[in-house]
Amino acid sequence: MIQFADLVKSFEGRPVLTGLTLEVRDGETMVIIGYSGTGKSVALKHVVGLLAPDAGDVLVDGRPVSTLDRAALSALRREIGFVFQFAALFDSMTVGENVALGLRRRGLSDEQIEERVAEALALVDLTGSGDRMPAELSGGMRKRVGIARAIALRPRYVLYDEPTTGLDPVTAAVIDRLLVRTRQHLGVTGVVVTHDMRSAYTVGDRIAMLYEGRIRQVGTVAEIQATDDPVVRQFIEGRPA
Amino acid sequence: MIERIGHRTVQAIEGVGRAGQFIADMIRAVPEVGVWARLTLVQMRRVGVDSLPVALFIAAFTGVVLALQASYTFTGAVPMYFVGTLVGKTMMLELGPVLAGLALAGRVGASMAAELGTMRVTEQVDALETLAYDPQSFLVIPRVIAGTAMFPVVVALAVVVGITTGWVTSLALLGLSTPEFIKGLKLFYQFKDTWFGLVKSASFGFTITMVGCAVGLSTRGGAEGVGRSATNAVVYAAIFILVLDALWAAVLLR
Repeated sequence: MIQFADLVKSFEGRPVLTGLTLEVRDGETMVIIGYSGTGKSVALKHVVGLLAPDAGDVLVDGRPVSTLDRAALSALRREIGFVFQFAALFDSMTVGENVALGLRRRGLSDEQIEERVAEALALVDLTGSGDRMPAELSGGMRKRVGIARAIALRPRYVLYDEPTTGLDPVTAAVIDRLLVRTRQHLGVTGVVVTHDMRSAYTVGDRIAMLYEGRIRQVGTVAEIQATDDPVVRQFIEGRPA
Repeated sequence: MIERIGHRTVQAIEGVGRAGQFIADMIRAVPEVGVWARLTLVQMRRVGVDSLPVALFIAAFTGVVLALQASYTFTGAVPMYFVGTLVGKTMMLELGPVLAGLALAGRVGASMAAELGTMRVTEQVDALETLAYDPQSFLVIPRVIAGTAMFPVVVALAVVVGITTGWVTSLALLGLSTPEFIKGLKLFYQFKDTWFGLVKSASFGFTITMVGCAVGLSTRGGAEGVGRSATNAVVYAAIFILVLDALWAAVLLR
């Protein structure tokens, strides 16, 4: 279980998160929606200790992330896959090497790594692309490699930062389908940050809206679709103010 | 005015603190030999072999100029075989390490700052951390070890090339014979001349790569930030080289 416990974070005096509290249950996919710049990605980065909170904390299975020492943080990160907004592939490595890098860190044998890489690439429909360089791939393919890199580790949790941003609708739908398939295959707990409502409705079990640094509303897809909250309503309908 | 001086002073102190923290983080990551050992070999090729052409090119022409300037200065006053002395001493003690260091601050330091800076702004460094790698052991240590180990090799070859071109110039343009040039070369030679230049080169290699990595990993702000980091890495490394050069002379040559 991932718990955001009254998380506060500001950058150069500008408050971004002002007391984010949210619980992500085991096995579910939680989608965090919100306007651009409201701190969705910032919240996600706290889960793996890439950012340290000013106050509050994130608890993963009861472990407060900001208090973990390096060894404990490293152990925690081995349980979490992170899919970055622009994939963050290592551009000096092939697709296969990108997917293998995390596995190598876990001390797997070359045969096991080869097997896992092939399996992960197959799951994202990129079989046979292991020798290609990231620069040769389209945006959608890069995102799929990013997902393969995360799921190859067989993590307990996968965090997706804007998985469909910048993609055409068809490719975005492919990524959404992939997220659902990943969950079905691996049974992982997921947190998806997005402002793409179609994607949120497709992949989410529950949706939470982040507004002015804290959660405005959290509920199932049906509850969010039927909300009376004017702020949430305006966002999900995409109406200008 | 006073506020600006105070602000700059605070910034400078913060900078020293960040540098200290960076070095402490690097030392803490040293035990992860399994991560950095393989990557170090790749960096040694990039820092060493790939830097040779520029270092040797500079050394070759420095040797020529040193021989000609020595001859111009000595004519009629000092025996001409002292050309060999000046070329040898200057190449080993000063111009070999410093010119190669300054050239490689541009080639190696800027390239490292730009590479790591790009990795930082495209979240590749964050990705490394989420894969449970320490950027210090994966990115910094291989580069710093490669710089420290390979700079003396590059400088040693540069010194050999500089002395060789000085010798050829003495034969072809100054009318010196080979025995005269070698007599001058050996006249005041001490083994210290060799190790002093190499130790100095190793310290330059350490500094250039360290600065390149530290500046690169602290990059903010996209393409503009990467450009700024590359420039800063060269400027800071050049300043450190000149300060270290004076420091080594004060400590070891008195």
